[in-house]
Amino acid sequence: MTRNAARPRRRTHELSGYAAGCPRLAMRIAPLLILTACHDGVLDPRGPIGASDGLIMLNALEIMLAIVIPTLVAALFFAWWFRASNTRARYRPHFAYSGRLELIVWAIPILVILFLGGVIWIGSHELDPYKPIETRGQPLEVQVVSLDWKWLFIYPDQGIATVNQLVVPADVPIHFSLTSATVMNAFFVPQLGSMIYAMNGMVSQLWLQANHPGNYFGESTQFSGDGFSGMHFVMRAVPSADFNAWVGTVQRGSGPALDWAEYRHLEKESQHVRPFAYRAVDPSLFRAITTLSLPPGPGPRVERGGAVERSED
Amino acid sequence: MLGKLTWQAIPFDQPIPLVAGSVVFLTVAAIVIWVVAKGHLPYLWREWLTSVDHKRIGVMYMLLALVMLLRGFIDALMMRSQQALAFNAPGYLPPEHYDQIFSAHGTIMIFFAAMPMMIGLMNFVVPLQLGVRDVAFPTLNSTSFWLTATGALLVNISLVVGEFARTGWLPYPPLAELKYTPGVGVDYYIWALQISGVGTLLTGVNFVTTILKIRAPGMSYMRMPVFCWTALAANLLIVAAFPVLTATLAMLALDRYLGFHFFSDTAGGNQMMFVNLIWAWGHPEVYILVLPAFGVFSEVIPTFSGKPIFGYRSMVAATLFICLVSFTVWLHHFFTMGAGGDVNAAFGIATSIIAVGTGVKIYNWMFTMYGGRIRYDTPMLWSVGFIVTFVIGGMTGVMLAVPPADFELHNSLFLVAHFHNVIIGGVLFGGFAGITYWFPKAFGFRLHEGWGKAAFWFNFVGFYATFMPLYVAGLLGMTRRLQSYDVASWHPWVLAAGAGVLILLVGGACQVIQIVVSILRRDELRDETGDPWDGRSLEWSTASPPPAFNYAVLPNVQGEEPYWEIKRRAIETQQLAAEPDYQPIEMPRNSPTGFITAFFATITGFALIWHIWWMVGLGIVAAYIVFVIFAWRDVEEYEIPAAEVAAIDRERRAARAQWLATHARVGEQV
Amino acid sequence: MSVSQALPGPHRREMDPYRIGHRHGGSGGGHGHPTGHGEGGPAPRNVVVAYGFWIFILSDIVMFSAFFAAHAVLQVATAGGPSATVLFDPSHVAWETACLLLSSFTCGLSAVATRVRSLLWTEVFLLITGLLGAAFLLLEAQEFASLVARGASPERSAFLSSFFAVVGCHGCHVTAGLLWLGTMMAQVYVKGFRPNVLRRLLCFNLFWHALDIIWVALFTIVYLVGLGR
Repeated sequence: MTRNAARPRRRTHELSGYAAGCPRLAMRIAPLLILTACHDGVLDPRGPIGASDGLIMLNALEIMLAIVIPTLVAALFFAWWFRASNTRARYRPHFAYSGRLELIVWAIPILVILFLGGVIWIGSHELDPYKPIETRGQPLEVQVVSLDWKWLFIYPDQGIATVNQLVVPADVPIHFSLTSATVMNAFFVPQLGSMIYAMNGMVSQLWLQANHPGNYFGESTQFSGDGFSGMHFVMRAVPSADFNAWVGTVQRGSGPALDWAEYRHLEKESQHVRPFAYRAVDPSLFRAITTLSLPPGPGPRVERGGAVERSED
Repeated sequence: MLGKLTWQAIPFDQPIPLVAGSVVFLTVAAIVIWVVAKGHLPYLWREWLTSVDHKRIGVMYMLLALVMLLRGFIDALMMRSQQALAFNAPGYLPPEHYDQIFSAHGTIMIFFAAMPMMIGLMNFVVPLQLGVRDVAFPTLNSTSFWLTATGALLVNISLVVGEFARTGWLPYPPLAELKYTPGVGVDYYIWALQISGVGTLLTGVNFVTTILKIRAPGMSYMRMPVFCWTALAANLLIVAAFPVLTATLAMLALDRYLGFHFFSDTAGGNQMMFVNLIWAWGHPEVYILVLPAFGVFSEVIPTFSGKPIFGYRSMVAATLFICLVSFTVWLHHFFTMGAGGDVNAAFGIATSIIAVGTGVKIYNWMFTMYGGRIRYDTPMLWSVGFIVTFVIGGMTGVMLAVPPADFELHNSLFLVAHFHNVIIGGVLFGGFAGITYWFPKAFGFRLHEGWGKAAFWFNFVGFYATFMPLYVAGLLGMTRRLQSYDVASWHPWVLAAGAGVLILLVGGACQVIQIVVSILRRDELRDETGDPWDGRSLEWSTASPPPAFNYAVLPNVQGEEPYWEIKRRAIETQQLAAEPDYQPIEMPRNSPTGFITAFFATITGFALIWHIWWMVGLGIVAAYIVFVIFAWRDVEEYEIPAAEVAAIDRERRAARAQWLATHARVGEQV
Repeated sequence: MSVSQALPGPHRREMDPYRIGHRHGGSGGGHGHPTGHGEGGPAPRNVVVAYGFWIFILSDIVMFSAFFAAHAVLQVATAGGPSATVLFDPSHVAWETACLLLSSFTCGLSAVATRVRSLLWTEVFLLITGLLGAAFLLLEAQEFASLVARGASPERSAFLSSFFAVVGCHGCHVTAGLLWLGTMMAQVYVKGFRPNVLRRLLCFNLFWHALDIIWVALFTIVYLVGLGR
């Protein structure tokens, strides 16, 4: 076993085709396998939060790579050069300590971590989900309730609500207030930025913005039970005028009204719910959910012998 | 009469668990029948089941670990295949089943594969390396093992009686509360872990005491092998962290059984508190897993490089540093819970700081190789593979430690790939390195090299083939624990991972074949001298396998790497050291206490799960009686007469003398 | 394999590749008095057992810390139900404390009796310790019963859940301690002051005193702080 080709061979050839289609951001990335995917997802951000999150991620990666690549190269080189069959390598059986080397091997990681620490400190504050996106205009308020197993989006200022679809105006900051009707979930739109947990009895907050119109995939990232896989939704960003038109359509439409009774009905377990809209929403609903005036959703019904029956679709 | 237990608990209507359970049952039954029919039961009982010898217990831990690794891997195969099939389709595993599989996969792999693997290695090796006869509390050691086995048994019983938890390997409330999970699954989880957790905690107490109080004469702290330092750090972490797990699961049990409100969604319960408590245990847990693996590499790399470990002192410092700092980082597991900029930043920085300790170790291993004459036997292959893989995994970990990055990658397949990267690259590779390295010491013959190398390469390539695509899928936004999905861009990567896991399957098969072939060809692979690798630490001065008492006379440790010095002196002077003055040796007697306690623990656990209260009472009373019976025994030790000690040791010395005679005096470079 | 002769010079450096050196110059044989640094070889059984038991007690304290931490979080989560100020009766708690502290004292007296190998007084003081411990448990059971009767059961609120759990956990430990005490009394009576029985008595003493320390912490954090709220 002379040549220790322990470097994973798969990496080099798969990258070239994808790199061309990447946005400017991704061009800076070193060619590693994990960075070949540039369409959709967190490396193809469509909003300021996502762009900043992604930028920090790549900066952190670059800082780390500056250390990791020389380290791996050196490790593999040592592993190969000092193999027993290499008679040219000098055998130094007493080389077990070097003050200078110790200083370097402690100092380099510490310096890198100091630098990274700065990135972490600044980034954690700048991109805290609760921190508003500055805007001259009015942000859009959306209240989010995760249920078993669908998403309810309430537009308090417009007095409407939707299930499993989120229509928003493009280029307008959206202020989310999130809670859960039942178990812990997490709200995430990969191309727009950060996720945040939604928890019963509490309100968490998030600010996102879609720079351009488009459809963005959204999901829950905190496992919440049997119907978890169906908890995805589409976030549709449309021009502001179209948004207002859509709101009007819903308000005048034939959808049900979301009052407390209708909400209790919605709370029951269901999976793979098709998107629909409510033409009206009781303004006290969200507050009632977060203060537990409306009790949390029911769990599964227990059947014979302790077995749990499956929820209806 | 039988609580919640009815015939409906057995999944007659679900083919997969039914078939799996039947296969396991028939296999176990066949083995038991064979053992009894061949008359091996007395031997098994006397030499293994009631053994309090750390070497036997270590081997049993390892057997448990490997069997559970197989079970966990089968779960993984099912998960990968389900995800490969379930693009715009339901796949073959409905959510109720799939959720149990990924929960069982994580629980089994961490608690019943990785932990026993590391604890097994520490059990076998630490007393030998410290130059002593056994651990501080041998019967407690046996009890620890059997309680761990109880936990594993309970989890496996859940396959055919009832169900397992469907919450993921950490049961976050409110999902894990009775209201949202009324079935017995979470209860199986709770009691399996509470029982095996007691076992693990006792192991921690045992090994901390052993390492700090029971060492050969002359072995001061700074003369201990690095593996013993990492074992000390890991066991200190066990002592400090496992009680938190016990308390937290007890709180969850109180919520589920008695209607308490620790984590409930009403009456003031706090679900965030569960997350904090469980990760306050959870993060030290991963260091408990990886530190012994680091220790294995700190033994293997010097041995196969032919030089001492580089930077011994800073290795010790880095180990203790990691031990301490591991308690300060737990919040990085839930940056997205909304703690705010200050808190998130503080924990992100702490997480990066802990990377410093690991980085120092990596460089020390590299400089151990530098200037060495490296022999690439299988353990060394695993070590180099570890260095490459762990560095990459650590890098992605530091990326995740940056909160804004984590805000997009939390709970995604990127995270899954990261922790498999470090656990497989670190713990599993370390476990396999340790197994191949110390196998000859335990059994007297080496493992077959060819199959070992094949196993390494298939596992190494298979790991990258499986998990690199998952990094990509995570960056594309795919979250974890999905039973099905309809995002087209994820599909090719999930398929790739599904193919990769088949390469891992081949690697696993190679390992099984390796063991079978090695046993069949054990005479060719025999380790005659007890030192097949030209080792440097004390365990290589014993015969393979060592006698029950390990050392006829406890070695007098003069410096670091004591065995290396003994060996060199023998080569220089062309003679062994003088025959010692053999004395009778007292060894702890075997005891069925551990086995019987675990038997009643299994009954109690099962009864708690199914609410069979009278059985719970019975089990607890029985366990107490077992304790009293054990406490009442008059004779705790048996004596090995000096003549027998002498005979055994003279055999060893004869083998060594023969080896010495064939070794010309080596002119060492000075 | 013991080494009797001194080593030639050049080997000394190789013996010590890290140049850490050792202040005893490598002459720390197995015959010295154990210093606790391993140089004298394995420590005697008494030391090992007591040390191990200390480590166990530390782990137990960590477990209590987790319950205390939960209590710190949940102590105000009364969910509209009764709070500490209305529920806790200071004098009742004072009696509980007195019983437990006194039992620690009598436990210490039994240790003194053991030291002078008096079977009678060892058993007498162990018995009194047990009776005081049982009295403590009785008082605590009464307290729990009265709370439940007043509607302040653990299902009422998270605060009450946490209170019952942390105090109950301590009570379970006391119960286990009493079981152990009874077993020890029987063992001492039957087997006398053998080395292993003495070691176990020491461990029991450590356990009982540790429970007392935890009670002091509990009493302060749960009762006093709660009443002062």
